[in-house]
Amino acid sequence: MGLKQKLHTLKMKYKGTKMAPAFNALHTFLYLPNETTHSGSHVRVADDLKRTMNIVIMALVPCLIFGIFNTGYQHYAAIDEALRAAPLANFFTWDNFIMGCWTVLPLVIVSYGVGLAVEFLFAVIKGHEVEEGYLVTGMLVPLIVPIDIPLWMLAVAVIFGVVIGKEVFGGTGMNILNPALTIRAFLFFAYPTWMSGDKVWVHGAVERQQEIAAGANVDAISGETILGSYAQNSSVVYDYWDMFWGFIPGSVGETSKVLIIIGALFLIFTKIGSWRIIFSTLIGALTMGLIFNGVVDAGWIGESSKFYGLMSVPFWQHLIIGSILFGAVYMATDPVTASQTNKGKWIYGFLIGFISIMIRVFNPAYPEGVFLAILLMNVFAPTIDHYVLQGNIKRRMKRLKVKTA
Amino acid sequence: MEHIELFFKSIFVDNMVFAYFLGMCSYLAVSKKVSTAVGLGAAVIFVLTVTVPLNWLLDQYILQEGALKWLGAEYAEYDLSFLSFILFIATIATMVQLVEIIVEKFSPSLYNSLGIFLPLIAVNCAILGGSLFMQSREIETLGLALNYGFSSGIGWFLAIVAIAAIREKIRYSNVPAPLRGLGITFIITGLMAIGFMSFGGMLTGGDEESPSLDSDPSNVGMKTEKVQKESVESTEAVSVSEITAQ
Repeated sequence: MGLKQKLHTLKMKYKGTKMAPAFNALHTFLYLPNETTHSGSHVRVADDLKRTMNIVIMALVPCLIFGIFNTGYQHYAAIDEALRAAPLANFFTWDNFIMGCWTVLPLVIVSYGVGLAVEFLFAVIKGHEVEEGYLVTGMLVPLIVPIDIPLWMLAVAVIFGVVIGKEVFGGTGMNILNPALTIRAFLFFAYPTWMSGDKVWVHGAVERQQEIAAGANVDAISGETILGSYAQNSSVVYDYWDMFWGFIPGSVGETSKVLIIIGALFLIFTKIGSWRIIFSTLIGALTMGLIFNGVVDAGWIGESSKFYGLMSVPFWQHLIIGSILFGAVYMATDPVTASQTNKGKWIYGFLIGFISIMIRVFNPAYPEGVFLAILLMNVFAPTIDHYVLQGNIKRRMKRLKVKTA
Repeated sequence: MEHIELFFKSIFVDNMVFAYFLGMCSYLAVSKKVSTAVGLGAAVIFVLTVTVPLNWLLDQYILQEGALKWLGAEYAEYDLSFLSFILFIATIATMVQLVEIIVEKFSPSLYNSLGIFLPLIAVNCAILGGSLFMQSREIETLGLALNYGFSSGIGWFLAIVAIAAIREKIRYSNVPAPLRGLGITFIITGLMAIGFMSFGGMLTGGDEESPSLDSDPSNVGMKTEKVQKESVESTEAVSVSEITAQ
């Protein structure tokens, strides 16, 4: 008797009891269920929610693998600067991979473990099917947090994000804010010292600092992100190709722009991600970057201004520093919290890009504003939709009047 | 520049609803439909735009210490600022009465759907709050006071329209029974406030401060403290919602 059959018997055994959703979820997660709909079915599509989610996860896996290598690479490169001279040769090594697995996989396990536990609990209490919504969230969360975040903080944040961000609204598909971003925002505002600064982006930096404070005779590790350097008007040590390939410190999954672009093409090709949102976000970011460049060129802002560092960044570079690309491709396109109408998607995306760069430049407290900008536009997405719909209704009413007249 | 900064700041950074949680009662009660919310929001914009400059004049020429100098030298040391609450409310009530008459005349349907909440604008704390913030922040000119009233009205308007659209969207969601209605609205407000925190601290770091804000440990401490305070506020909002749910 195979595993599939065993699961099926278990499911039958518990049918009608409180635990039924849990077994049902396990079964359908691993295998195609045996049951078919008997009454008339109305929507006939090949891919259900689970497949949709799996496609997004497939698009995220390259970022995760790269993040694993990058974690190890940043750790060793921070100790031995010489490694940075030839990033390619020193990147895909076993040492990096093992170090990365050791630090990244616990994040993934905690994120999925805690999140799915909450989901199963809610499904059992409320007596509905376990929803698949957490599959993508659980993958996104480890990719958007700093590498050294303590696991208990992650667990607390995941519980907050899943319960307050999603389950209180009735579960998957009903939430108003992207749960992954809710989790990150919770971490950011509840434990700010672990979420920003120059110590959290490289594995071991915080630990090393504590050792130094305790009196150990070792060198400090510092791994400042590019945005952090710009915000302090100090010079940036990485060149553009490093930023593009992703050999830079940052959140686990956000660094490699080339892999994100591949993921984006994959999502657009499979029609899972909305190309309208992705492109309009990038257009918005470029527009804001151009405006700031214009301000600098016109001489309104001098070198002495604290905004000068970020304002004078050439506009196209805003796309390859920080996480704007990652946010645009994987976060903003979340079909639940984004605008639903096509015109609305253009407005929504444009404002995300626009506000991201604005926060990045103007808000010294939050050098990376992409996640906050997306949250803000999640709040306003229903408003945008409402007015787009009203506009359509009004236009059609007018057409109707002309005809009848 | 001063005007633009104040305008932006009072809409987003010091948003009446999401930064101070003022004017919550009508915000929660009238946000079931976008069209009604727009009506109330417009009324609040109007009342704030009129009352803040009027109260500014009152404050400058009657209430402040030494404000009565224009009557003659012997009045110079009078300080009537203890009267500010009652006089501010009087101005506000008059203006609200005016709005009520206008709305009843020109849009009876809106008048009916707003119901008791239209006259209740008079005791909407966002409105009195606008005047009192104007007083305590010592806004300098009449123009700035006008700007301040108008832009905080817009901030409130944006908040109520956004939550009305969200509530229309989640109308058919399967919200757990104890949270339906007001409970979920409180939670949404808390989450929206997280979204609005993206602007917290924006523009406050002007040129005069040291450029190395992040490297200075004392500043980092201060900043952390501020952020924590803000997050406490928003969790308070959430816990309030939990209490009401019970």
